[in-house]
Amino acid sequence: MAKLTINGELIDIDVEGTTPLLWVLREQLGLTGAKYGCGIGLCGSCTVHIDGKAVRSCVVPVGSLTESRRVVTIEGLSPDGDHPIQQAWAELDVPQCGYCQPGMIMAAAALLDGHPNPTDADIDSEITNICRCGTFNRVRRGIHRAAELRKGEERS
Amino acid sequence: MSGQPVTISRRNFLIGTAAAGAGLSLGLYLPTGSAGAPAPKQAPEVNAWVVIEPDDTVIIRIARSEMGQGTLTGLAQLVAEELECDWSKVRTEYPTPGQSLARDRVWGSFSTGGSQGIRGSHQYMREGGALARVLLVEAAADAWGVPPEACTVAASVITHGPTGRTTTYGQVAAAAALLVPPPTIELKDPKDWKIAGKPVKRLDTRDKLTGKQVFAADLQMPGLLNAAIRACPVFGGRLTGFDDSRVRDRPGVRAVLRVDDNAVAVVADTWWQAKTALDALPVTWDEGENASVSSASIDRMLEEGLAAQGAFVGNRVGDVDVALAGAAKTIEAVYGYPYQNHATMEPMNAAARWTPDRCEVWCPTQNGEAALEAAAEAAGLPATQCEVYKIHLGGGFGRRGAFHDFVKQAVAIAKQLPGTPVKLLWSREEDMLHGAYHPITKARLVGGLDDKGDLIGLRIRISGQSILAAVRPAALKDGADMITFQGMLPEGDHAISYTIPNLLVDHAMRNPPVPPGFWRGVNINQNAIYLECFIDELAHAAGKDPLEFRRKLMADHPQSLAVLNAVAERVGWGTPAPEGVHRGLAVCKTFASYVAACAEVSVADGGKLKIHRIVAATDPGHAVNPQQIEAQIEGSFVFGLSALLYGGCTIEGGRVEQQNFDSYPSMRMAEMPKVESIVMPSGGFWGGVGEPTIAVAAPAVLNAIYAATGKRIRQVPLRQLG
Repeated sequence: MAKLTINGELIDIDVEGTTPLLWVLREQLGLTGAKYGCGIGLCGSCTVHIDGKAVRSCVVPVGSLTESRRVVTIEGLSPDGDHPIQQAWAELDVPQCGYCQPGMIMAAAALLDGHPNPTDADIDSEITNICRCGTFNRVRRGIHRAAELRKGEERS
Repeated sequence: MSGQPVTISRRNFLIGTAAAGAGLSLGLYLPTGSAGAPAPKQAPEVNAWVVIEPDDTVIIRIARSEMGQGTLTGLAQLVAEELECDWSKVRTEYPTPGQSLARDRVWGSFSTGGSQGIRGSHQYMREGGALARVLLVEAAADAWGVPPEACTVAASVITHGPTGRTTTYGQVAAAAALLVPPPTIELKDPKDWKIAGKPVKRLDTRDKLTGKQVFAADLQMPGLLNAAIRACPVFGGRLTGFDDSRVRDRPGVRAVLRVDDNAVAVVADTWWQAKTALDALPVTWDEGENASVSSASIDRMLEEGLAAQGAFVGNRVGDVDVALAGAAKTIEAVYGYPYQNHATMEPMNAAARWTPDRCEVWCPTQNGEAALEAAAEAAGLPATQCEVYKIHLGGGFGRRGAFHDFVKQAVAIAKQLPGTPVKLLWSREEDMLHGAYHPITKARLVGGLDDKGDLIGLRIRISGQSILAAVRPAALKDGADMITFQGMLPEGDHAISYTIPNLLVDHAMRNPPVPPGFWRGVNINQNAIYLECFIDELAHAAGKDPLEFRRKLMADHPQSLAVLNAVAERVGWGTPAPEGVHRGLAVCKTFASYVAACAEVSVADGGKLKIHRIVAATDPGHAVNPQQIEAQIEGSFVFGLSALLYGGCTIEGGRVEQQNFDSYPSMRMAEMPKVESIVMPSGGFWGGVGEPTIAVAAPAVLNAIYAATGKRIRQVPLRQLG
């Protein structure tokens, strides 16, 4: 039995320590927002935050985590789906099929935390998720828009 | 004709008569008990397309599938436009293929491919919306004892002008459902559209932002088991055995099963348990006769076809041999395009529950009816005892339309565990190894110029694989696969955009034992490269500007010329590009739309390519949602350019060598060019938007690379060129 802190809750889990975090989220906790895409940490569909950093959960053995590590999934990103990234995504109709988007959004949210005014170069280097529908240009615009929205929130 | 009364289609006549009084709302039935699963509701069905709840919520039924392309929203816009309902209260739902079967296919085709989602169903769906409006007005008028003509509608509110009385659709829907529809109906002129034709937001975005969107891979239901599968990696090979004693006692493992002739599955409590047990399972195969097939052996087949005598003719004008013999200058080139995997982000999957008298399947499918057929076949039950519940796709691109191997497998597994729902999910590796691959072809092109540098003859020999021969042999025309000639045909949705006095396009069909399939864009992907790059070669050989060279051949193709001109004007063709940046053009007609692109690239010392900008124009006739068309243009470029830059499945030992995104990369943010879209609907026809622009991205970039380097690249993908 291990304990994980997921979306602010301390949760007991009972799986082998080699099980990737992705599959604990999806199959033990019913948090299916993070997606399986490649299983080798390349596509980013499974991106979650661990201690505020974007991490590919398909290659994180759950045994490597302790309860002091804060795991946040797309389900816990915001209470009402109103994180600036989510607002910007809605405004610009970013998703197409949507399968990669939880990972894309989590990657973008982490980028924004580290770079409140991200440049295109920041976006190019930090957002390496694969999207086969090809939403990249709207993702880019969405990140810039979210940065504006967040500044607005801070002012108000 | 828009604005004119039309006799309603048989489909909508059936809708009216079959639906009278049927108070039914379908909803997606998820037997989960989980939060968010809609409970079946009773609300009046005005007709098969339109259900209206008392609170004026309008549910529009969409038989085509949503896989990211926006068809769900576009079709809803068209129905809502004619219905005159309040767009803010529109929801959609999928009817099921089983219900369609039970109602004489009232919703028509479920097939979602070939960029047909809107252009193949707009007519009867607009009629459905218009008929529902007429019935709703009639119901209100009846209740008031006034003539319907004295009533007007706007945003779901019906008003009787003379008395000022109003009611809403929700109030009269139950009465409307009992009325008989009129035999003719008037559809709006697209000029008068208020909802259709506008860049409204998609209806399916919100849940895609929060993780709430349930894909089939996410399904949960009580008692659900999970299956991982491995099929013989060699095409046509067979499963000969497996040693389940090695994995039976692993945690969670419930069963190790032979699925069919060529696959084994592990069923476990969780997919991770199933997958890791499968990885540890010793399996033996009979690799069969294809074990020695390789990319090299396939290339030999195609090379032979390039020079072979017999070939199917796709387009013949004049006498190309005479023209070439008399040409002042001839040039020749051989191009090639490899296998590609669809690589949908959501790997193939399906969940199934089988009992001796019923089989249910939950799956992402581009064709619900075909999924139902596959389920019935695998279940050994009549289709009337089966049902398929469609779920939004995590990407389709053609993989999930004509092929339901994953459905058959899921049912074959569930059949061995009667009454237990089982969800089958392929690993990425399985998905890469068992695709329905973009077919492989090569082309030899020979062009002749007269002494003025005008094109007087063009011969194109395509050698390679036919999709139809493998997938729909009944669709061959006297043995020929006419889809092979996409973009080079004399007329129709995929007609060539040039008038060439002497032309011969033919196809030496060579079918290697690698299963081909429809891959977003299908054969226009390579044909546009072959034709548009070779036209570029001819222009340079003639010492002419590639735009002017094309224009001269396009006098009889005004719509193609219009998109090409639009692109040239926007990009500033003929004016200097930024320092170090070079331009390339491409144009074609495909899926009934006219598309063109100009790419701006630079190639640094050392060969590093940067695609800076692509300007693209499309004339799809009618543009139902311009902002979604722009999204499709950008997205299609990612698909087409990923194939150009990185794609390509190679074969060794009868199997695909690429097994994941490490060896089959896809474009990422940093490589994405700026895209400027020009959506220029000229009216009068309905063209597709999901696929056409994919065709022009790669040749425009290749032509720009030539402009930058003087090096002509004739083989995809670029990464193989070093």
